[in-house]
Amino acid sequence: MNLSWMAWTQPTAIFFIVIFCLLITMSIWEKISPGGGPRVGILRFETTRGDRLFLSLLGSAFIHLAWLLFAGSNLWWAMGVSILYAGFVFSFV
Amino acid sequence: MNNKPFDNKAWFFVLPVFILVAISAVIPLMTVVNYSVQDSFGNNQFFWAGTEWFTEVLNSDRFRDSLVRNLTFSAIILCIEIPLGIAVALAMPRKGIWVSVCLVLMALPLLIPWNVVGTIWLIFGRADIGLLGFTLAKMGIVFNYGQSWLQAWIIIILMDVWHWTSLVVLLCYSGLVAIPEAYYQAARIDGASRWKVFRYIQLPKMQRVLLIAILLRFMDSFMIYTEPFVLTGGGPGNTTTFLSIDLVKTAIGQFDLGPAAAMSLIYFLIVLLLSWVFYTVMTNYGMDAPEKREVES
Repeated sequence: MNLSWMAWTQPTAIFFIVIFCLLITMSIWEKISPGGGPRVGILRFETTRGDRLFLSLLGSAFIHLAWLLFAGSNLWWAMGVSILYAGFVFSFV
Repeated sequence: MNNKPFDNKAWFFVLPVFILVAISAVIPLMTVVNYSVQDSFGNNQFFWAGTEWFTEVLNSDRFRDSLVRNLTFSAIILCIEIPLGIAVALAMPRKGIWVSVCLVLMALPLLIPWNVVGTIWLIFGRADIGLLGFTLAKMGIVFNYGQSWLQAWIIIILMDVWHWTSLVVLLCYSGLVAIPEAYYQAARIDGASRWKVFRYIQLPKMQRVLLIAILLRFMDSFMIYTEPFVLTGGGPGNTTTFLSIDLVKTAIGQFDLGPAAAMSLIYFLIVLLLSWVFYTVMTNYGMDAPEKREVES
């Protein structure tokens, strides 16, 4: 199968592998403790850990875009902020 | 661990959908991500560009202008369609033969394909053969939406209102007919005015369908492409170039795959965020509405 039209690069491959691994981790987590750990957080409605992962990833994307817009192209800092943000989401939302 | 029997075999039935979604959505999305960090001059050759395109798109006036235009357009059509839809729904009969007539008339614009809607208005606005253009010309008003940005906006907004107010009407009407007669009886006993009946009975009862109407119309208008493309083609100049039109121009018109991919990812993220808000609001405030209504009636 010729996949050259997809124009893979190493960074994007790593990106998707990380996303894929996150999904696998979530599946294993669900297997260990089923039900998704629902709770009502600071957003005042019920979220499961899947919702929290989605919010973390979506928020991280916007953090990276905001970093590009306001701070520059060194995205490691944005990555740091995103991880802090994800920790916040998983703890409080 | 809970003791509920849990059979994972059901996942096999979902497998075809997974494969279909993988081919139709995930693989193209992955390709777009790959394109967004590279530059191509065709011939399937790609050069690493990093985050250059994202920075370019985020800082480009063109993208911001399209975004602002799109948000302005959505705001304007919501401000017109929602009150108008409520008014029409309130004026529609609740009983008798005219109900079906009204419902069919209301549903008609929704049945017309989008590019045909654009073509209808294209002809409607022409000064030589179109009813609107001809009438305006006879009245001495110069109507040429190909040259005046204001007239282009007016005709696009009119077209959208004509096309989609019906949806708001039908949703509001379904909310209105679900109100039990007892509420109106109670209002009559209390001697409530027409306004108070609307404000304290009909509007609260329509709240959930209105929420759906607002969110649906917002999402649809935010992704509008076909109708303005057919009608004005994004012109005059760029004054009616909305995000989707701009995206197609970049990707297929200029063949700038990298910037177009970056732009579509940013667009996608905005739509994803709005969809999440839409979904959250629906599931937390809207989904329980039918149950509640059944209990109450």
